[in-house]
Amino acid sequence: MAINIKESEEIVEDVLNIYPEKPRKNRQEHIGVNKKDACGSCVAKSNLKSLPGVMTPRGCAYAGSKGVVWGPVKDVINISHGPIGCGHYSWGTRRNLANGVPGVENFMPFQFTTDFRERDIVFGGDKKLEQAIHELKGLFPTTKGFVVESECPIGLIGDDIEAVAKKTSADLNTTVIPVRCEGFRGVSQSLGHHIANDSIRDYVVGTGKLDDSQKTKYDVAILGDYNIGGDVWASMKVITEMGLNVIAHWSGDGSIEEMRITHEVNYILLHCYRSMNYISNYYNEKYGIPWIEYNFFGPTKIKESIRKIAALFDEHIQEQSEKVIEKYEPKMQAVIDKYRPRLEGKKVMILVGGLRPRHIVGAYEDLGMQVVTAAYEFAHSDDYERTTKELEDGAIIADDLNEHEFIELAHRLKPDLVASGIKEKYVFQKMGIPFRQMHSWDYSGPYHGYDGFEIFAKDMDLAINSPSWKFVKPSWKK
Amino acid sequence: MAKMTKEEVRQTKDWMKTEEYKELNFKRKSIVINPERACQPLGAVLCSAGFEGTMPFVHGSHGCVAYYRNNLSRHFREPIAAVSTSLTEDGAVFGGQANGFEGFKNCLNLYKPKMFAISTTCMTEVIGDDLGAIVNNARAKGFLPEDVPAPYANTPSFVGSHIDGYDNMLAAIIDTLGVKSESVSDAINIIPGFDTTTGNINEIKRLLTIMKVPYLVIADYSNTLDSPLNGEYKLYNEGATTLEDTKNCVNNRATIALQKFSTKKTIALLADKFKQEAKAVKSPVGIKFTDEFLMTVSEITGKEIPKEIEDERGRAVDSMTDAQQYIHGKKFAIFGDPDILTGLTSYLLEMGGIPKYVLCSNGNEEFKNDVEALLKEYGCDEGEVYIDKDLWHLHSLVMTGPVDMLIGPSHGKFVAREAGVPHIRLGYPIFDRVNIHRYPFYAYSGVINLTTWIVNKFIEIVDDTSDDAHFELLR
Repeated sequence: MAINIKESEEIVEDVLNIYPEKPRKNRQEHIGVNKKDACGSCVAKSNLKSLPGVMTPRGCAYAGSKGVVWGPVKDVINISHGPIGCGHYSWGTRRNLANGVPGVENFMPFQFTTDFRERDIVFGGDKKLEQAIHELKGLFPTTKGFVVESECPIGLIGDDIEAVAKKTSADLNTTVIPVRCEGFRGVSQSLGHHIANDSIRDYVVGTGKLDDSQKTKYDVAILGDYNIGGDVWASMKVITEMGLNVIAHWSGDGSIEEMRITHEVNYILLHCYRSMNYISNYYNEKYGIPWIEYNFFGPTKIKESIRKIAALFDEHIQEQSEKVIEKYEPKMQAVIDKYRPRLEGKKVMILVGGLRPRHIVGAYEDLGMQVVTAAYEFAHSDDYERTTKELEDGAIIADDLNEHEFIELAHRLKPDLVASGIKEKYVFQKMGIPFRQMHSWDYSGPYHGYDGFEIFAKDMDLAINSPSWKFVKPSWKK
Repeated sequence: MAKMTKEEVRQTKDWMKTEEYKELNFKRKSIVINPERACQPLGAVLCSAGFEGTMPFVHGSHGCVAYYRNNLSRHFREPIAAVSTSLTEDGAVFGGQANGFEGFKNCLNLYKPKMFAISTTCMTEVIGDDLGAIVNNARAKGFLPEDVPAPYANTPSFVGSHIDGYDNMLAAIIDTLGVKSESVSDAINIIPGFDTTTGNINEIKRLLTIMKVPYLVIADYSNTLDSPLNGEYKLYNEGATTLEDTKNCVNNRATIALQKFSTKKTIALLADKFKQEAKAVKSPVGIKFTDEFLMTVSEITGKEIPKEIEDERGRAVDSMTDAQQYIHGKKFAIFGDPDILTGLTSYLLEMGGIPKYVLCSNGNEEFKNDVEALLKEYGCDEGEVYIDKDLWHLHSLVMTGPVDMLIGPSHGKFVAREAGVPHIRLGYPIFDRVNIHRYPFYAYSGVINLTTWIVNKFIEIVDDTSDDAHFELLR
């Protein structure tokens, strides 16, 4: 059923009514009702400060740099530089799966921190950092380098981690990358993505070489896939079957060795635009490598994306790609036949980060579901430009949607499913509303690619149609 | 750089299991690897969740608060409410007072808290924001109504750990709310400490009810962080310690803290400022410490320990003697917060187990002495206590001197896997098993639970690894 635009506008108006004039004016600019032909930034303003004292879903620059971009690079040691907490909370909590022997080829299961104490704050931590890198090199000689992620105090006490990085990389003949991602920078994790991208630009891009004999005209890199629950493996399966040669993929199951040779590819395939558009643009500017956004959620978007990617290449790839589509379509149809009758017409509210509030809409629509709210934690105007056309008219689009607004919208929209994060999960489940975590795939996944869609469909069904929801009200009160 | 061969990878891995590597590993001074230790504000947020209508208000970046909320939600599988002042770069330059004011105003409007529990992050500590001044100025300028208490605690992340943050916040709340009166109530206060096993708190309440001891649990999140699913989300769940009770708690006859290291400051405050009989017992894990706890309660209140509890005790001892053969002589590596470890050491010794490694990332000398005294009491000369060490140290210990089982929070799973031994989840955080925190490991019920988990795990392994001939019905 089409969404009534006027009704949506009234709902937004109503939800905003709790605010006094000033915060109301602020929040009003961030929540809008979709019209496909409207400009994205007209619907929702973005990348601005959050209101203090409200439960924003946002994280910080450190979370964007360490948690998202650099964290999943498995063959380097990520050092959380500063006090104990940040590294602890971001330890293994993002489900970036990685192959490789832990401690030798893969440092994902580890949490390395300089564990600042009072004396480090007072006297500075540069010496400690230098010694830490030396000790780590001794304990983990196979590491391919070090990434130093600054926590808040580093920038405040005036430490010179760039100098330490320069010195230690010379002394130890290794790569040491300083990342200035102190949590107070910017308004969300988004600036952290940018800062991390810049550090890749400055320290990694172009530093390796792919032997000419290994190069093909089908060489591509996948950027912005973080391998949550195995996403990049499911995506690579499709891309490889298309006949393309994935030389590098970042940063999920990623390695700095692959990052070093990424400038040798012919095309960059970009999944999460938000977190890796910066570096993709740089490759384009410096090496003339074109990048193309794609969407591997749900068969409709996968098919579109396969054709969009194939169009960059020759007939051979295009033929192969059609065969891939042909091969998987019946399987996907079987998934849809199985689950669509159970999910048809169900309403979904989404609040996540990165690309998902728009990219995953198609996957829900493949299952006959309707996205009635798409909200971002830390998007920019270019994200909203890309979002309006993916959603139905009348759907609510929101930026930095806080917990109060989210709950109030849900009271009025009565969704069948809320798709958001761990902070939100139990709020909505207490309300008796089925929920799926869409950062971590709720410990399931992958959701990318053809393999992922089958799991996605199964998960949405088990969330919504679980018999357990029938017991929310006591039998004697029904 | 050339890719490592499989052989080179194996050699490196094997080297990491050697004495030589262990020696190198224990020499490091400047890097911490896999510590089982979080930062102070997390403890402050947890503590705040135990008070009626209270909003944890963290002065700093919202990134910090997102982390605390995520972390606690993953453990409890419950919603965790907390706000920040959303400080950004200009706050670092000009101070965070303006954000504080706006934060109070927005939070009051949206969430209508009865109390703010204010803590800090390393950012606001480093820039030197004065919480007292911010609160006073907010009151003077009308951003903070007089009837909304706003206790505040400095909780720098570069000092101590989550257990100190809990303590600092709790002391601040009691200090702010407590009003000493002439009359003394019969009730006793119970302070759980940084204990994320809601089942423990419920178990203690149950025992006190059986003993007919009037009590008040201070910072009681056993209901707020284990709330019923009934179709309604409540920002502030029922069952937390009321502000009225907190105000009067200083007039209760005594306070017993169930953890020592996470309540030092609070106990000192109650004893010194409020002149209350206040003390911490050893966490009631195992028979001996449970006996001691109950005797302390009995001594303070004059209530006898009833037969019902004596029978419970008997059943717990029965479960131990039934199953002790499966634990006797088995070696354990245990890790986590200091109070839990002290209790767990005692329980394992009672069962004839060997706490070979007791490793605490946030323990001090006093903790070390406590545990070593226990080991000595049981003549266990194989036990080793490590403070200020991390789980990568534990990796070296377990690889060079094997154990039969690990007991501790989820992060230990990587060591357990390398060592090929089972890992029983206990303490904080538990991210990879469900409902564990609902089951007490305190008191006599806790003895039965611990015995059940540990022994059945060992038996399962025997079943899983035995050949057909030894795959027996009887265990």
